[in-house]
Amino acid sequence: MEGRIAISGLSIVLGERDQAFEAVKALDCDIEPGQFVCILGPSGCGKSTLLGALAGHLVPNQGSLQMDGQAVVGPSQQRGMVFQQHTLFPWRTVRENVAFGLKMRGVSKAERLAAADEILALVGLEGFAERWPNQLSGGMQQRVEIARVLVNRPRLLLMDEPFGALDALTRMKMQALLLDIWTRIRTTVVFVTHDIDEALFLADRILVMSPRPGRIIEDFQLDFPRPRHTELMTTPEFTLLKRHCLALLHHEDGRQLPRLNPLGLPTDHSTPRFAI
Amino acid sequence: MSTYRWLPRAASLLVCLLFWQLAASHHWNLWLVTFANVPTPGAVVEAALGLVDSGKLAQHLSASLTRVFEGYLAAVLVGVGLGIAIGRSKWAEDVLLPPLEVIRPIPAVAWIPLAILMFPSSELSMVFITFTGALFPILLNTVHGVEGVDPRLIASARSLGAGRGAILLEVIVPGAAPSIITGLAIGMGTSWFCLVTAEMISGQFGIGYYTWESYTIQNYADIVVGMLLIGALGMGSSWLVKRLGTVFTPWHRPRGKA
Repeated sequence: MEGRIAISGLSIVLGERDQAFEAVKALDCDIEPGQFVCILGPSGCGKSTLLGALAGHLVPNQGSLQMDGQAVVGPSQQRGMVFQQHTLFPWRTVRENVAFGLKMRGVSKAERLAAADEILALVGLEGFAERWPNQLSGGMQQRVEIARVLVNRPRLLLMDEPFGALDALTRMKMQALLLDIWTRIRTTVVFVTHDIDEALFLADRILVMSPRPGRIIEDFQLDFPRPRHTELMTTPEFTLLKRHCLALLHHEDGRQLPRLNPLGLPTDHSTPRFAI
Repeated sequence: MSTYRWLPRAASLLVCLLFWQLAASHHWNLWLVTFANVPTPGAVVEAALGLVDSGKLAQHLSASLTRVFEGYLAAVLVGVGLGIAIGRSKWAEDVLLPPLEVIRPIPAVAWIPLAILMFPSSELSMVFITFTGALFPILLNTVHGVEGVDPRLIASARSLGAGRGAILLEVIVPGAAPSIITGLAIGMGTSWFCLVTAEMISGQFGIGYYTWESYTIQNYADIVVGMLLIGALGMGSSWLVKRLGTVFTPWHRPRGKA
């Protein structure tokens, strides 16, 4: 099976000149193929930055990033990315959005639309193929976003707080759906979140990160049996681990850091460069 | 819109017409402005019918429409092309934007003398004037639209395997389309505005020429006919551009419609 990740000595600097800081510092980590890894940490700890580097959107300043022995250089279809707010193309229907990756690979129209329909059925959106993305609810949009990435059969699925913007109930349904899909389309998953329940429910392994500079302060395996159900969240074992994670996250002195994203620093669009 | 709101709107238009009729027929002198030489609505309708009967309307219309179409088309090609280049590339921005920013504040009317000197025919210089009028709204809206494309969409497209060309065609152009269409509609309006000024000075046929000629030969009712024609043509062509725009951007609608 493919999708083995090797990170060694990884440092990423964000910002320019005197504003520059190390978002990720000297990070080492290996991820097994097919493993579901959650990166847990407070806002601004560099977990999204790490994800952006894995996707190839951010260039490391030091260290190396490899997938299956090959250095990560730029974005690739092999490393699919799901953002917190969906990035569906508003000018394409749901079906065409999902088929986009296959179109880029030169797959014929009939073939790629059929493949899109198939994967839309997998995420439970059979009847919505003809809709525009902005006609769907937030949960549905994220399902389309996941389908669009999975249609490429990536070796690595990167998720940046994909359910962070959804309401609690929808989020729980999406977590169950994601695990269900993952049993059918097995890939390595790196899932970034600051929600402890989410991380414990989903992951095989949790990496806890601490901010400025971003480094891994805890790395542990979870052996809750699969398939997992929501009842898991009320078991004593779950609560015990949750307490452990809470203690780790509270370890920090409560500094509020600006949110980072997989493309680097948040961009400021407030002032147009140029008046019309 | 509620069903009864057309009533006050129509009434408002009627009141304006009535005021025009009264002021023109009684030659009102309102201190600053005088209606002594203003034709009445009736005289204007008569003059319009006269223009239709004379058979010159088609000639004037086709002359103006051709000039606007040529200048506007050139502005669309240059404006959208340069706009995408400037919006996408820092290098293109540094090289192209400064001279354009210097030229931009110069009104099209101010170009007229130089345009006459620069172009071999007055026809071409008029087309050039409509071109300058339409260029900047189209260019700036295109730049604005291209720069406003969400960088996350571009990143996502790259992660899905899109190369430079695919990103341009699949993400940048459709992403900037609503803004480009706004620029096209504004450009259409300014294009007409500039054409009429150009025709007043160096025309032989055309609605602007007709309007100015009517003044010089003291056919005051014809002036108003010309003015109304210009307004109608400008409004009609802007409306057409907007209609075409909604046809080409079916996704760009308020939530839930469609």
